[in-house]
Amino acid sequence: MLLSIQDLRVAFRMGRVDGVLQRTEAVKGVSFEVAENRTVALVGESGSGKSVTAMSILNLLPDNAERSGKILWQGKDLLHTPMAELQKLRGREIACVFQDPMTSLNPVFTVGDQLAEPLIKHLGLSNKAALERAEALLVEVGMPEPKRRLAAYPHELSGGQQQRVMIAMALACEPKLLIADEPTTALDVTIQRQILELIAEIQRKHRMSVLFISHDLGVVGEIADEVLVMRHGVIREQGPVAGIFATPKDTYTQALLACRPSLDHPPARLMVIDDHIAGKARRAPAAAKDANAPVVLEVKSLAKSFWLKQGLFGKREFKAVQGVNFKLRKGHTLGVVGESGSGKTTMGLTLLRLHEPTHGEVIFDGQDLLKISAAERQVMRRRIQIVFQNPYASLNPRLTIGQTLIEPMAIHKIGASTTEREQRARALLQKVGLDDSAFGKYPHEFSGGQRQRVAIARALTLDPEVLVLDEAVSALDVSVQAQVLNLLRDLQDELGLSYVFISHDLAVVRFISDEVLVMKDGVVVEQAGTEQILAAPREEYTQRLLAAIPRGYRAAA
Amino acid sequence: MSTPARVARAEHSEGVWHAAWRRFRSDRVGLFCAVVVTAFLLLIIVAALGGVARNWQKEVGVANAPPTLLGPRPAEATGVIEVPQGPNVDLSAIDPLAPRYKEWDERAAKFKTEETVKAETLPMGADRLGRDVLSKAVKGTQISVFVGVMAALVATGLGTLLGAFAGFFGGKIGDLLEWLYNVFEAIPGILLIFAFAAVFGRGISTVVLILGLTGWTGLYRQVRAEFIKHRNREYVRSAEAIGASVWSRMFSHILPNVSHVILVRMSLLVVGFIKAEVILSYLGLGVGIEDVSWGTMLAEAQSELILGHWWQLVAATTFMAVFVTAFSLMADALRDALDPKLRGLE
Repeated sequence: MLLSIQDLRVAFRMGRVDGVLQRTEAVKGVSFEVAENRTVALVGESGSGKSVTAMSILNLLPDNAERSGKILWQGKDLLHTPMAELQKLRGREIACVFQDPMTSLNPVFTVGDQLAEPLIKHLGLSNKAALERAEALLVEVGMPEPKRRLAAYPHELSGGQQQRVMIAMALACEPKLLIADEPTTALDVTIQRQILELIAEIQRKHRMSVLFISHDLGVVGEIADEVLVMRHGVIREQGPVAGIFATPKDTYTQALLACRPSLDHPPARLMVIDDHIAGKARRAPAAAKDANAPVVLEVKSLAKSFWLKQGLFGKREFKAVQGVNFKLRKGHTLGVVGESGSGKTTMGLTLLRLHEPTHGEVIFDGQDLLKISAAERQVMRRRIQIVFQNPYASLNPRLTIGQTLIEPMAIHKIGASTTEREQRARALLQKVGLDDSAFGKYPHEFSGGQRQRVAIARALTLDPEVLVLDEAVSALDVSVQAQVLNLLRDLQDELGLSYVFISHDLAVVRFISDEVLVMKDGVVVEQAGTEQILAAPREEYTQRLLAAIPRGYRAAA
Repeated sequence: MSTPARVARAEHSEGVWHAAWRRFRSDRVGLFCAVVVTAFLLLIIVAALGGVARNWQKEVGVANAPPTLLGPRPAEATGVIEVPQGPNVDLSAIDPLAPRYKEWDERAAKFKTEETVKAETLPMGADRLGRDVLSKAVKGTQISVFVGVMAALVATGLGTLLGAFAGFFGGKIGDLLEWLYNVFEAIPGILLIFAFAAVFGRGISTVVLILGLTGWTGLYRQVRAEFIKHRNREYVRSAEAIGASVWSRMFSHILPNVSHVILVRMSLLVVGFIKAEVILSYLGLGVGIEDVSWGTMLAEAQSELILGHWWQLVAATTFMAVFVTAFSLMADALRDALDPKLRGLE
């Protein structure tokens, strides 16, 4: 057996309170094995202890972690291996690929330097030989123009290319085990597909083992031989991938499988972990939307350009968005899909004039939003609101949830007094499914999903008619995503909101949208009803986006 | 996030400043230094109100009286003046003033003269004019620290305001302020201070103004960088989306999030300005002749040292070293307590 973990426990010291050392146990007795030439996947929501488990193998944890149990690497206990020996193992026999390639590469060294470093250090190659090997590695991970890329700095590469470099680095010394910690979570679906295929191919070719960590069972199903489902630091279920997908035994695994929006049969409501465990049935399908509802927002040939500096005085126009047209009806949802860099977020921000558009018309309730005065715009702000992608960044960390919710009402003089506003804020918190105690807390005390609920509540304080959701669920775990999507759908039914839903994930868009806009390089390439686009995509690009969605384990595939 | 269970019931959670204070309290060195600094501040308040060292200008000891610990200076051996050997002569015969001596004695008897007893030794000695060095040091502390703190406040206010504008707006306003910054940075610091000092003349308020006007640049850059970083954060965008004004976004959204940077930088400025004031006063460009500061004491000490009178130097440097060290260490502890990135490890 290559790696065998027995009853691993990891606790973090959290400082002293009144002289008593506080410990938080992140992993509570985990045992599993990784055989040679196998891909084992650890699946769980954030906070389930999956990353901590993987990082404790090479002791890449912060200083305040305490490990106990056994981690046997080819029969040797890594828990009691001195640091010097462990460092020889790192990169050489066990290599790691992390979630965010942007932060895992050193920005001040070229790709070539960073690739050559482990080769020189671990294999004792000369500089020249190391660079040659580095080039060969880049060829192996499918990097276009590998020779030129050696001299490139990380910021000159796209996210997918950076992740390829990370994988090349991990492969440099031909490790026996590759630990991939959410390697595709920060990437678009299409890039995710490429990276998954790359990892699978390399695993086969080098006959190495992979420990793959993800929160998404769909992704895992495509790549793993064995799956371990973790929750709250305990393994809930483990077994071969076919078994997990065909006959999941644990209720939690079943719930995880159920909560991802399906492309084939979109339900009216997504299953949520707790519902599933509680055995609640799916609700009845939502009422059909009124196709003749009044148009609230009409956009005509919207365009936004950025001016990039070129040379000393020159400027170059970069067209981020060009010629976008759409009509949004009351109570309907427009999905905007595209890869990163396709201009979909810029389009969303331009609608609210958080970016000044270059030209075009945004007609809201008969008024052109782009031509109105500042005072009129302030009134319009009430009626069109936005929810951002990253719930960790979109709430002011120094304001309590209550202050965050009351501020917009105070600005727009909604409610006569602070008490009245407070009552309204509390009512909204209840509406988005948070309990009353949230009012006095700070954002850092909440999980990602809860913060996104707060962000939605803040947008709702102004009674908007249109809500722009900019990748509002992309940063969330699949299970939390389901809860937030359900919430959005409920709010739409209840308040008659119209959504502009921006996402790179077609499966999510499929669930919530009535009409879909596919964007590529700032241009709308396809625009049609949701059913139509999924059943018969016209454009090659749309087909590619559709094909890239992870579909979990399929026996034939 | 470490103790969500404990605060779950509380209606209002622990604020950022409260948490910072809790972390600060567990830092023993920092806490001790804070106590030292507080003691100094109390001393300064008492001195300012005239409780101590009010009579620092009074001649209470003999010139250059040594510290009590050393004991009085032995009487100097005065040489014997040679007595003239010639015949005795009655000088009154040729003294034209002799007839008026009696009249003057009568006039003098009408006034009271009090012979003050000058102390042979003082706790920390006396200076050239017989002034108590300890009182001078206390009074000097009051002025030096006051100058340091006030100058730091001026520089922080200026730097924060300009930095916020440059960082938040960028573009033309940013360019203009950067240009101003470059002008200030292009001139060697001490030369710039001299130039200002030459224009404004001496005095406490001018020293505050000089140091404040020349010392804002570092803080300006840091605040500008923070504002550039924060202005595109999503929480600021969402504030814009709900209609928050530019002013509110700058000062009620971004500023509290960068305040820890400013606070730490300001405490470093205080230390720097105290030292700068000392240098200025030492060079004779600082506080007026009527005032005393650590700098003027050091300037006097220079000429005293040649004569072996080291106590004024020791008194001034001890006060300064203790205060500056304590303040720096406190600023360090403050940064540790306020920087969320250092959290989590004990």
